[in-house]
Amino acid sequence: MNSATFIQHMLNSLTLGSLYALVAIGYTMVYGILRLINFAHSEMFMLGAYFVFWGITLANLPWPVAMVIAIVVTATLGIVVDQVAYRPLRDAPRISALISSIGVSFFLQNVAIVFFQAIPREVYRPQWLEDPIIMGGVRVLPLTLFVPLLSLALMLGLIWIVYRTKAGLGMRAISKDIETSYLMGVPVNRIIALTFGIGSALAAASGIMWALRYPQLQPIMGTIPGFKAFIAAVFGGIGSIQGAVIGGLALGFIEIMTVAFFPDLAGYRDAFAFVLLIAVLMFKPTGLLGERLEDKV
Amino acid sequence: MRKMLLLCLALVLGFANAALAADDTVKIGVFLPLTGQNAFGGQLELEGVQLAAKENPTVLGKKVELFVVDNKSDKVEAANAVKRLIEKEKVQAIIGTYGSSLAMAGGEVSEKAGIPQVGTSCTNPLVTQGKKYIFRVCFIDPYQGAGAATYAYKTLGLKKAAMLVDLASDYSVGLSKFFSKSFTKLGGQVVATLNYQSGDQDFTAQLTKIISEKPDVLFIPSYFAEGAIIMKQAKELGATFKIMGGDAMDNPKITDIGGSAVEGFVHTTFPYDPSMKNMTEMAKKFTAGWKAQYPGKELNVNAALGYDAYMIILDAITRAGKADPESIAKALAATKGFQGVTGATTINETHDAEKPVGLVVIKDGKKIYEGEITPEL
Repeated sequence: MNSATFIQHMLNSLTLGSLYALVAIGYTMVYGILRLINFAHSEMFMLGAYFVFWGITLANLPWPVAMVIAIVVTATLGIVVDQVAYRPLRDAPRISALISSIGVSFFLQNVAIVFFQAIPREVYRPQWLEDPIIMGGVRVLPLTLFVPLLSLALMLGLIWIVYRTKAGLGMRAISKDIETSYLMGVPVNRIIALTFGIGSALAAASGIMWALRYPQLQPIMGTIPGFKAFIAAVFGGIGSIQGAVIGGLALGFIEIMTVAFFPDLAGYRDAFAFVLLIAVLMFKPTGLLGERLEDKV
Repeated sequence: MRKMLLLCLALVLGFANAALAADDTVKIGVFLPLTGQNAFGGQLELEGVQLAAKENPTVLGKKVELFVVDNKSDKVEAANAVKRLIEKEKVQAIIGTYGSSLAMAGGEVSEKAGIPQVGTSCTNPLVTQGKKYIFRVCFIDPYQGAGAATYAYKTLGLKKAAMLVDLASDYSVGLSKFFSKSFTKLGGQVVATLNYQSGDQDFTAQLTKIISEKPDVLFIPSYFAEGAIIMKQAKELGATFKIMGGDAMDNPKITDIGGSAVEGFVHTTFPYDPSMKNMTEMAKKFTAGWKAQYPGKELNVNAALGYDAYMIILDAITRAGKADPESIAKALAATKGFQGVTGATTINETHDAEKPVGLVVIKDGKKIYEGEITPEL
């Protein structure tokens, strides 16, 4: 392997890893606050991507406007899903909400198959995204540089919300003890709705970036990225925002480098990701940066 | 005297029997999906069969009678349809069907009854596997791989190939096997074979590896959902090699999704297109006949395969000199170089058709039928 090929592999890893990181941030944020793995995250990811391309092709909106609208619409939808599917289960055992989220995921996916049809659709990319930058045998898409920066910015933004704002204070209180939060006057339902809104907005943002990188829309496009992001979040320590970013990047590198160094195993790269998940759960269940949960008495 | 009488009686009875079996008509059953999800293809194939029957109404001086039954795109209905054709209509041969699973369900019944069945466009290798009475006029899916290899090596003069194969799909694995076998036999070299799984969206790692091996051609026997974005990513990574694929890439959306990245892409297909240059005699007749019979209706390869299925049975009956199921089956199995609408057809030992493979190339965002090639196995 010459150095140009190696650098190309590194850049490919960075692109894929930062996309995983982007999806994982949303996953981990909802989990960190509600202790709920929101499987419908994959479908918010898919819907966000569809919305933006409808905005562009049907309503002829310019790029940035379509993107903002798609993110807002998806966030609203996330809040609606919370009201319909999770809020009635607030006092039920945690597993009920988890199962409900699986139901929402299947529901949205099948609705999408019916209404959007299962055939893949094209994505129009702005021209400046189409042309790679060429540097001595290495080719970089502008997106390769943009996505990591976006992930980093969103990570910092989230940390700011969670640790520096009043809503964030509420979120942290809820994550510690939901009943006491009620008693202390935290507007629990509003904060949770906000959490889902932000989570869904993040899913939409990552779905849009994913669709720009892999320009094709399908109703099932969120499933595999969703699983991978989940692995990334667990690897980094589920609940930890920085952990999600590190986990996503690590997963991207592991996948690409597996293919680069063991090309015969290329068909099993997904399997490696899942083996990693099992290994983490067995040997370090809290992940790289996860906090240890103390058992409540 | 008594002996003579018995002999006479036997002779008379014998003749009567023979006369009964060799009725003055030849009965051919047709089971196709005329309703349900496969109706579009089934209708076209039926029209092909009917056109052939209209133009060639007799064989061995006997009238050919067609019995058409709808299999409703359903496996149970397909088995019932064949049962009805055999038990009620007492057909001597059966044409059908579009859809491999339907062909398999119907084939079980024909096989048991010993009635020859000729498939139209059922391309799964399992349809004829281990069957004595089941044939088809289309080639099996993986056979196209050999066509792609022959085209790449002989026509384009490309010597080094790479493959990117969907590990989770029989179709993809089958095509790649035929491709590499044919390509290496011709003298070429397969420099890299990488895998992925259906549903993957990131192929950058595999493609970077393939690009570093510097092949002349990349064969991607994938489905359309992956194929278009593989080509897109290959272009982004600076790939300059030729890319080829199988008929699963035959989708009008390919240029929408792939854009300029699919320019020059070649995929294999069935060897008939109304715009093709060197048609066989039968293809010319079929094309003209279709235009007269169904003016304004678009002509496609399914209709051509329906036509061929009828004609190959007639050819078998003519060669056998008689029309009982056993002789038809024997003659069908011995078909060699039958000049059908879809090219020179030979039935091989697995009862699948070996014939030229068609090639479609994408030029200026449009699909152009390029011609045919006879694969070297």
